[in-house]
Amino acid sequence: MSTAPLLSVQDLKVHFDVSRKGLFGGPTAVVKAVDGVTFDLRPGETLGLVGESGCGKSTLGRAVLRLLPATAGRVVWLGEDLHALDHGEMQQKRRDMQIIFQDPLASLNPRMTVGQIIAEPLTVFNPNLSRQQVKDRVRQMMAKVGLLPNQINRYPHEFSGGQAQRIGIARAMINSPRMIVCDEPVSALDVSIQAQIVNLLMDLQHEMGMSLIFISHNLSVVRHISHRVMVLYLGKVMEIADRDSIYSNPLHPYTQALNSAVPIPDPDLEKQKNRIVLKGDLPSPLNPPSGCPFRTRCPRATEICAQVMPDLLPASSSHYVACHHAGPPD
Amino acid sequence: MTAILDVRNLNTSFSTPEGTVRAVNDVSFSIEAGETLGIVGESGSGKSQIFMSVMGLLAKNGRAEGSVQFKGKEILNLKVDELNKIRGVKMSMIFQDPMTSLNPYLSVKRQMTEVLETHRGMSQDAALTAAVNLLDIVQIPEARRRVHMFPHEFSGGMRQRVMIAMALLCEPELLIADEPTTALDVTVQAQILDLLGKLKRETGMAIALITHDLGVIAGLANRVMVMYAGEVAERANAGPLFKTPQHPYTQGLLRSMPRLDEHRANRLQTIGGQPPNLQHLPDGCRFRDRCSYAFDRCAAEQPLLRTIAEGRAKACHLEAL
Repeated sequence: MSTAPLLSVQDLKVHFDVSRKGLFGGPTAVVKAVDGVTFDLRPGETLGLVGESGCGKSTLGRAVLRLLPATAGRVVWLGEDLHALDHGEMQQKRRDMQIIFQDPLASLNPRMTVGQIIAEPLTVFNPNLSRQQVKDRVRQMMAKVGLLPNQINRYPHEFSGGQAQRIGIARAMINSPRMIVCDEPVSALDVSIQAQIVNLLMDLQHEMGMSLIFISHNLSVVRHISHRVMVLYLGKVMEIADRDSIYSNPLHPYTQALNSAVPIPDPDLEKQKNRIVLKGDLPSPLNPPSGCPFRTRCPRATEICAQVMPDLLPASSSHYVACHHAGPPD
Repeated sequence: MTAILDVRNLNTSFSTPEGTVRAVNDVSFSIEAGETLGIVGESGSGKSQIFMSVMGLLAKNGRAEGSVQFKGKEILNLKVDELNKIRGVKMSMIFQDPMTSLNPYLSVKRQMTEVLETHRGMSQDAALTAAVNLLDIVQIPEARRRVHMFPHEFSGGMRQRVMIAMALLCEPELLIADEPTTALDVTVQAQILDLLGKLKRETGMAIALITHDLGVIAGLANRVMVMYAGEVAERANAGPLFKTPQHPYTQGLLRSMPRLDEHRANRLQTIGGQPPNLQHLPDGCRFRDRCSYAFDRCAAEQPLLRTIAEGRAKACHLEAL
């Protein structure tokens, strides 16, 4: 793909000040939730964001939409820096960028009907539409996401999790956005429903051509839906590559450990598998390790890893990795 | 082999203002010494309520009928003080969210030694040594220091280890693990699954592993029971179940999961629709609305669980898939 990127994120940092408790207020600590992330998103592309809880994947998704302020860096949307726009200008951009959340029921207003929920973004950006036009568009959208037109006056609590997620998707899609950030959209759903929602997102993308940033801790789902995958660890990019490379030829030891940790529904393969079990947990983001943040759990760590954070360097034209000892699994 | 746990015709129902919800319907199974039984199902399939019934932990509006024998002794609906001689001692349970199962006000030491002092009559010193030893077994680093810490000072994965250590205090013969890794990251999930596998090999303890994730079961379970809408859909040894599922629901579950080891072009195969409402169950087979193989008989007659091969049973009218 040689098309110009839709979105270009450049050295983005999102830091939070956390005041340490104390009667006189202690020194403030800084959590570097996102720390120097750079990537492009092309039109029609799905970029998967994976990593453990606390790696900054949701924060990154929100900062891209300017739902959180950036501490440094740029989020360039079709040539314009989103974080430099004033409120009104940003509001206009939101038409083209939407978000779907993990907990479908918590993200829908319980006092609004399904029809009102889906219509809201439409009427905000098209105040001149007649009521009939709005209703028609809502019904069309409902049909597209697999909701029945006669459910238009129902309330969110009358729906199951999978159906509620369809409402969230309809709301996000009603203005035909160019990008949707999907923040763990299937994690709260049962296996059989998960597949329905993944298929729906892929069908809609095929039909309407929007780009997706698909945030998930489920590597199998990410593999299925993404064109490219970015692996985050403590706010930093460890590896970013096209889908097949990240799964069949991962070069970063963290990606390799993540891949090998995913259980496969096949007893024979599970027993043969050489699982790389990482020691310990994610370090505290308040006090990250020096140098490479992964070194404390890394089987390949050496002295240099404690001193210098490795740069994200190309291993091929579509495969970048940040590791002093990058290479195939031992 | 002798059965550690033998469940016969278990029926569990809840009375609600909207009517009776039959969460578990005529479920029978047994767990042999040293084996791991995987229980798979989606939310509402009754997989957890089976074991809440077994442990006598049903909500107040719940009622369990049938028979549950632990090593030959009937324990279903036993009086609390009688039950307490068995649960937590000979069989213990760990849950999805360790934070809600641990007492936030008490140090780990206090919570662990209390059990040993009450159930096994140990002295304080002996109990502390035993507690530290168990934390070592579940691979908590610096156990001697950390035993004095409170639950909130541990990370999610460590808390689940503490839970497992507590469940092991009385060297139970059966460990019931209800979604023990669902709240954890994959790397930590891998650690906990490794730990359960190690405990299984080294202690010979039987494990009932309840999960919605077929992948989690694949590496550990000897046998698997698939639950749907309160009933057993299929029961088989792990190998054959994954290779040649015989119930359309099992097959659908396996096909609808994207797998990391293979890339499937385009669409996932899905199971259409949603699980039925337990208050308004369809006639005939409970899965028929979502089943692509359904035929006349499925609407007319409810399929009973029947043996189709050695160690294998399914509740489906189809002869073969």
